[in-house]
Amino acid sequence: MRPISMERVEQTRGEILDIIKSAELTHEQKVTCLANKADSLLEVLDLPEGLDELLNVPGDEKCICDLSEGHAPLRPRYITPDYSKLMKEGCKYLNLDAPKDLFEALNTLLIFYKHVPSVTNYPVYLGQLDDLLEPFIDTVPEETAAKLIKMFLLNVDRTVLDSFAHADIGPKPSKTAHYIFEAEKVLEDAVPNLSLKYDAAVSTDEYLKEAVECALTCAKPSFANHKMFTSELSEKYVIASCYNGLLLGGGSYTLCRLVLGNIAKKASSIEDFKTNKLPYVMDIMAKYMDARIKFEVEESGFFENNFLAQEGFISRDKFTAMFGLVGLADAVNLLLEKEGKTGRYGHDDAANQLGVEIMEIINDFNNNHTNPYCEATDGHFLLHAQVGLAEDIGITPGTRIPIGEEPEELIDQLNVLSKFHKYFPSGTGDIFPIDLTVHRNPEYVMDIIKGAFAKDLRYMSFYSSDSDVIRVTGYLVKRSEMIKLDSGHAVIQDTTALGLGASKNGHILERKVR
Amino acid sequence: MEALVTKIIPFSSVDGPGNRTAVFLQGCNINCKYCHNPETRKVCISCGECVSKCPAGALSMDSGKVIFDASKCVSCDTCIKTCPHDSTPKAVSMTPDAVFEVVKKQLPFIRGITVSGGECMLQPEFIRELFTLAKKEGLGTLIDSNGTIPFSEYPELMEVADGVMLDIKAFSPDEHQHVTGAPNDMVLENARFLGETGKLFEVRCVIAPDLYNCEESVRQTGEFLHPLYKLHQFRFKIIAYRPMGVRKEYSDMRVPTQEELSKYKNMLSGMGYEDIIII
Repeated sequence: MRPISMERVEQTRGEILDIIKSAELTHEQKVTCLANKADSLLEVLDLPEGLDELLNVPGDEKCICDLSEGHAPLRPRYITPDYSKLMKEGCKYLNLDAPKDLFEALNTLLIFYKHVPSVTNYPVYLGQLDDLLEPFIDTVPEETAAKLIKMFLLNVDRTVLDSFAHADIGPKPSKTAHYIFEAEKVLEDAVPNLSLKYDAAVSTDEYLKEAVECALTCAKPSFANHKMFTSELSEKYVIASCYNGLLLGGGSYTLCRLVLGNIAKKASSIEDFKTNKLPYVMDIMAKYMDARIKFEVEESGFFENNFLAQEGFISRDKFTAMFGLVGLADAVNLLLEKEGKTGRYGHDDAANQLGVEIMEIINDFNNNHTNPYCEATDGHFLLHAQVGLAEDIGITPGTRIPIGEEPEELIDQLNVLSKFHKYFPSGTGDIFPIDLTVHRNPEYVMDIIKGAFAKDLRYMSFYSSDSDVIRVTGYLVKRSEMIKLDSGHAVIQDTTALGLGASKNGHILERKVR
Repeated sequence: MEALVTKIIPFSSVDGPGNRTAVFLQGCNINCKYCHNPETRKVCISCGECVSKCPAGALSMDSGKVIFDASKCVSCDTCIKTCPHDSTPKAVSMTPDAVFEVVKKQLPFIRGITVSGGECMLQPEFIRELFTLAKKEGLGTLIDSNGTIPFSEYPELMEVADGVMLDIKAFSPDEHQHVTGAPNDMVLENARFLGETGKLFEVRCVIAPDLYNCEESVRQTGEFLHPLYKLHQFRFKIIAYRPMGVRKEYSDMRVPTQEELSKYKNMLSGMGYEDIIII
């Protein structure tokens, strides 16, 4: 372990005291922040040369961002346990038998969630709820099942205090999903995040309609292109955290992101960006990710000692890592400006084409980089269109068109998106506020989803422009909770603070309503 | 063959079921007081009043005709607000093929097209050709009409049209005359013809309490249509009058309350109608 300066120690001590005295953090949020501060004093990773000036610099110069993963990762960033094993066999470590009815099944899951770590210290994957619960759904009368599911969801919202906690349903319709929709429409809570894996061949119109009606009430579920994910990750994939496609029983060691707009600032021309600046930063980020993974696998002891690995709820060889990016739009627009060319990303063919060329370069790089611990994905990382951080200013999420610049017609926006979603097996997505007060026409949204998935879009979220629960970037928050936090009161979920930051810095409340 | 096209909305959620491309044809044969897009009523006579008012320089005069440059238009609608003739300089003459080229850009995101107006049935041959093209692509085809043109006289059109969304703007002939300036005998005749042939997709009643006895009209319309509903079900849409877009002299009429609208909905569901939407 490398030494650090007393100056840094003193600065961190000051920050620790600020956390302890904070009026806006709950107890749980303080404990998490304190742990992060402790971890920040360590220097144990074998860092690549050149990283420091790309990573540890002011926000408008940062080319690589490690999304607060800390200096000594004690667990993988995202963990996606195979809960079906829990349903079938129970858990030795927690001394839980396999559940026999719906009461026991839900109770078993709620207990287990408390023991699934992640970068947020809360589980980012809550399981494929319909597959997990449908075998038990008829063990109680219908009314009881509906009530139990509702109480389960309420429990999750009030105890899993982070809306990156993600549950999946679909593509087959189920009673479980029906009860979830009915409950969520009434609860209007931010947690859990929810994805419906949609496959036109399996998901009925009735099911899709019920899901869309639910989404227009409480901003969930989102819709995942099941065929597309299956073709890349097999049937055993999950949607976790924001919208991250990962393998079941594994997860992601780490997620770092390229800040493409800031990399473009350093380039003298499009050519310089493509051949020098971008490859240089990609190389360092990949090496940094390799170093993080090496520590997690070889030194942290997580995979030897955590019960999830010991009992086989996860296995090391189903993990991969996410090679993220933000600001494709920012980079394209800046590079065109630098060359004195007109055209904006999302609007002009030449600009969109430059976006595609940049994505091809990133994709090629990733396909040529190998990591010995990413066997699950052929030794490669998976590309990820990262949605942004609360403190991001002037950074456009992933490959999205900046808010305020969305094309007048939704069809034009969808056609742009269809060029980019295919690059991101570990997640990308777009968000569409819908003016429900006029529409009363869920089939409108259904048609857009079906068309979009036929045109290789991966993941879509909708919410009604007047609902309390809204989708910030990939996660959900309640507008009412943001107002509470903004007036200086502590709020239960840590993602509310992220949403508030994003609403101030990322203009998420100003998306074009469709 | 060409028709005067007011505008094409690529994705519409309010012109029939699902997502549809809506094509609006210029020109109307009646004069509803609450018309919310009065600029679609008449064909531009190139009086030139709008040309100098356009803040974007998108309009010019050439050989006595108003020329519209879509690339400069900022959609501020100043021309429409200025027009003394209930028209627009922005309507474009297009062939069915040209319109369908625009429609095709929305595939596979739409389930169909809807032709509206103005009164689109003033140009039935154009609709027939457009629908024939749409059918080849597997798209749905709906007509939005005021019901004053007899559908029974266009059997070839009815073959390629999935259905009609029909306005019944008042049941009593006198009140219809008062609301629209036209009689409603053909409207009711059309309702019967369409209902019997399974082409009545939707019936709309615009609720404008200052103009006519809405409650009585909705009741009578419901009773009149009920035998047809038993043959083939259709949707009932209760649309509230709203002042947006309405000509100034009619823009201060009373907007119906939610209670009134719900009352009419309940009345219809009491008769056995199942699919009733309040807009």
